[in-house]
Amino acid sequence: MDMFAVNAFLIVLLSIIAFVALRVHRLFALVMLSGAFSLTAAAQFVVLDAVDVAFTEAAVGAGISTVLALATLTLLPREEKPHAIAPLPAIMAIATGMLLMLAVGDLPQFGDAEAPVHQHVAPDYIYGSEKKIGVPNIVTSVLASYRGYDTLGETVVIFTAAIAVLLILAGWTRTPRRRHDEDGEDDAG
Amino acid sequence: MSDIAAQWNYYLVIILMMLGFYAVIARGNMIKKMVGLNIFQTSVFMLYISMGKIDGGTAPILTGDPATVYSNPLPHVLILTAIVVGVATTAVGYALIIRVYEAYGTIEDDEVAALIDADQDARERADAEADT
Repeated sequence: MDMFAVNAFLIVLLSIIAFVALRVHRLFALVMLSGAFSLTAAAQFVVLDAVDVAFTEAAVGAGISTVLALATLTLLPREEKPHAIAPLPAIMAIATGMLLMLAVGDLPQFGDAEAPVHQHVAPDYIYGSEKKIGVPNIVTSVLASYRGYDTLGETVVIFTAAIAVLLILAGWTRTPRRRHDEDGEDDAG
Repeated sequence: MSDIAAQWNYYLVIILMMLGFYAVIARGNMIKKMVGLNIFQTSVFMLYISMGKIDGGTAPILTGDPATVYSNPLPHVLILTAIVVGVATTAVGYALIIRVYEAYGTIEDDEVAALIDADQDARERADAEADT
């Protein structure tokens, strides 16, 4: 019951942050709310026993993402153009939500130790972490040892993203629109 | 009704998810789309982490006590990877937004679309004039 109270409080807080983020028009406030959302989500992960996920979310989601967004904002306008509530996307979001909630009825009960997801490989990892790998943190032993190639692939993705960002922002691939227009006029003249 | 009480965590997470989904599909501002994507993504992480939770369990760090119940570490590992990949794609998204702003002078979806249409019209008109 204790966990229920803390968890429900955090999720309601997250919903409020997400809702305010939808309404706000100043982009700086929007980015700050996004950071607050990630930090609150990190607290939620601690409640759900995922401590490694929590500190990654706090460092990467609330830290690096926010810094990237702020760096981007220095080059962009400060305000969002005001919008009315769009009915069609709202209906789509509600319909999708309804479908998902329908599907949740078939999931094993929340917190159930007998759920199929806990029966197959997880006990083996928990056993092997102590006996075979010798690392007390099970998440670390799975990440770095059992699924080491996954982590290698992950670093390849980050490397690729870094190259993509550098190429997108590099000077020699730029064709500003105004320059393009002037060229057109010169040719015509 | 007891079913809903048992699955409360999933239902609340789905509401969060749909708020992010709405921001992604309904809002024209590209920064807002990225923030919506962030909310959507974090909610999906929460759904996964919820599945790994065991009542009375503890964080999956060995305590040495054989009676300890650990929450499932596998979703945690998968989501760790997903968070880091997520920030990489976010970085590419922001870089693209900067380029869109440089090229069109706006980051609103509809305005960019209107400028592209206007460009297309101008080019077709120029081609037609060149032909005659």
